[in-house]
Amino acid sequence: MAEIVLDKVTKRYPDGALAVSEMDIEIADGEFVILVGPSGCGKSTALNMIAGLEDISSGELRIDGARANEKAPKDRDIAMVFQSYALYPHMSVRENMAFPLRLAKVDDATVRSKVEEAAAILDLTQHLDRKPSNLSGGQRQRVAMGRAIVRSPKAFLMDEPLSNLDAKLRGQMRTSVSKLQRQLGTTTVYVTHDQTEAMTLGDRVVVLRGGIVQQIGSPQFLYDHPANLFVAGFIGSPSMNFVPATLEDGSLKTPLGTITLTDRVRRLAEAADAPREVVAGIRPEHFEDAALMEESHRQGGSTFTATVDVLESMGAEKYAYFTVEEELATTAELEELAADAGATDVPGTGSAIVTRLSASSEAREGQPLDVWFDPDRIQLFDPANGTNLTYSG
Amino acid sequence: MAIGGAVTTGRKARWALVDVIVVVYALFPVLWIVSLSFKSKETLSDGNFIPREWTFQNYADIFATNEFIRPLINSLGISIIATLIAVILGMMAAYAIARLDFPGKKLLVGISLLIAMFPQISLVTPLFNIERELGLFDTWPGLILPYITFALPLAIYTLSAFFREIPWELEKAAKMDGATPGQAFRRVIAPLAAPGVFTTAILVFIFCWNDFLFAISLTSTEASRTVPAALSFFTGTSQFEDPTGTISAAAVVITIPIILFVLFFQRRIVAGLTSGAVKG
Repeated sequence: MAEIVLDKVTKRYPDGALAVSEMDIEIADGEFVILVGPSGCGKSTALNMIAGLEDISSGELRIDGARANEKAPKDRDIAMVFQSYALYPHMSVRENMAFPLRLAKVDDATVRSKVEEAAAILDLTQHLDRKPSNLSGGQRQRVAMGRAIVRSPKAFLMDEPLSNLDAKLRGQMRTSVSKLQRQLGTTTVYVTHDQTEAMTLGDRVVVLRGGIVQQIGSPQFLYDHPANLFVAGFIGSPSMNFVPATLEDGSLKTPLGTITLTDRVRRLAEAADAPREVVAGIRPEHFEDAALMEESHRQGGSTFTATVDVLESMGAEKYAYFTVEEELATTAELEELAADAGATDVPGTGSAIVTRLSASSEAREGQPLDVWFDPDRIQLFDPANGTNLTYSG
Repeated sequence: MAIGGAVTTGRKARWALVDVIVVVYALFPVLWIVSLSFKSKETLSDGNFIPREWTFQNYADIFATNEFIRPLINSLGISIIATLIAVILGMMAAYAIARLDFPGKKLLVGISLLIAMFPQISLVTPLFNIERELGLFDTWPGLILPYITFALPLAIYTLSAFFREIPWELEKAAKMDGATPGQAFRRVIAPLAAPGVFTTAILVFIFCWNDFLFAISLTSTEASRTVPAALSFFTGTSQFEDPTGTISAAAVVITIPIILFVLFFQRRIVAGLTSGAVKG
């Protein structure tokens, strides 16, 4: 168990490409930290630098207060779970899990008991003598976890460990990873591109973009108070809707109509010296079918009417998609997010407003619908640099 | 159903025919030599494929003198030592080529390719002179060294292809598990490359075992003469006697180690040894 500190850690490749730029993260002992971001944001590079599989160009990595930049991976006492599991195919499950202990020259009796203990935790006891090729994806994943936990390292590093599993199994494994980490209390750094994993697993989430840390905070904090457009768009599923808007005398002109800002939002925007042209963001779950709202409650919010393009019923809730007349807000950040989500490959998906309605909503495709939303939930962003103008962290 | 069955039968018959043609084409000369080796001196040139009277006299003859047994020992020793060294050196070189980025990598690959393409006959005279000067002529090292030289490119090429197939993450995993680079290579990479190593060993062994050019040029006595060279020195009991029968018997005998070698290692060359390492 250890604390891990990244102090202005930078990775620059020989060809000049900057993979990670001055990353500052302090990971407390026993903490579960998620590095999240779209592909190519430098999260895996950061993890490999902590592991010692890649050199640190500048800055300092401290494990338990001691500089670890020059330490070989084997001397850092850190275990890693790889996306591909990287099990040794010529060894049985038992031998795979015993491998780190054998290298550490642990005596046979201890190896045996530790492997069996880990196997019991991971429910692998009956598979100990099988080869990895005879295991299912989930079992292989657990063997990879077992190999990591068996020698009680100072920290776990996990590089998208669940991304090769199918959706249902991923959900189950997510819960068991979380439980396991809490049970062992080992410092864990977990890399993922899946914002759901980031939200559900971590004590703290580090959002990365282009090798630069965008924001660090608890999942709920990032959701409620995104520091910028990128974090706002990345955290939350379906993602936040962004529309271009104009600030005029305390009201906001948007494609969803002119909205009177609440005092709280107006004060924050004034304090941040907001420009006239802004990007307004509102999450799908902050919309509701106006017909379901009580009249008194309805007064507190704004309502707009639009035709439902597509209605997806999820059982517990309904997603209604609307097209707005004007172009949706586009900035470099949003384009990058859209590209990462593959939206640019599917024409027409980029320009819709997504709303999450109660299952009891009677919205129908092709029919107009009154949609209510709470203007206090609106967040305003500077289109020039993406900063959250209503940030109140 | 009937039509499908007919198509399958027709296709099977065609494949069987092609197979038989290929096998007969490849094996006929071998079978002819086997047949000759079992013929007596009188019936040797009677033109019958199946000997009219079977005899083991030719086999008895070759094992009766040192003329064959000593070269057989030379052949085995020289080929096995050369194969071992070439495969071990080749493994290291191939691993470096497949995994590491070092200056001059392309040059190394280029030079090894060049050696493989070099006409060996043009090197026979210089090698002959060098080896005489160095006292290597007509010794085991005198053959082992050139064999290693010419087997290495083959070994490096075959092995680097196999090393490239091994997921790099396994090595990273080994490092994270606390292995030194040496331990990672010995305990993870080398066992996984085993099929490639055996394949290479077979190819290199056959190359050394069958070589005639160097064997005839760089040896002069039974101290180091290998079987292919020794065969050309076979004589009958008198100089008027044709040694065809004994040569055939010797040829059959020296084919056996190769067949054994391949059969023994073939079981090791199991496809998909790396399956289960990574996803899929």
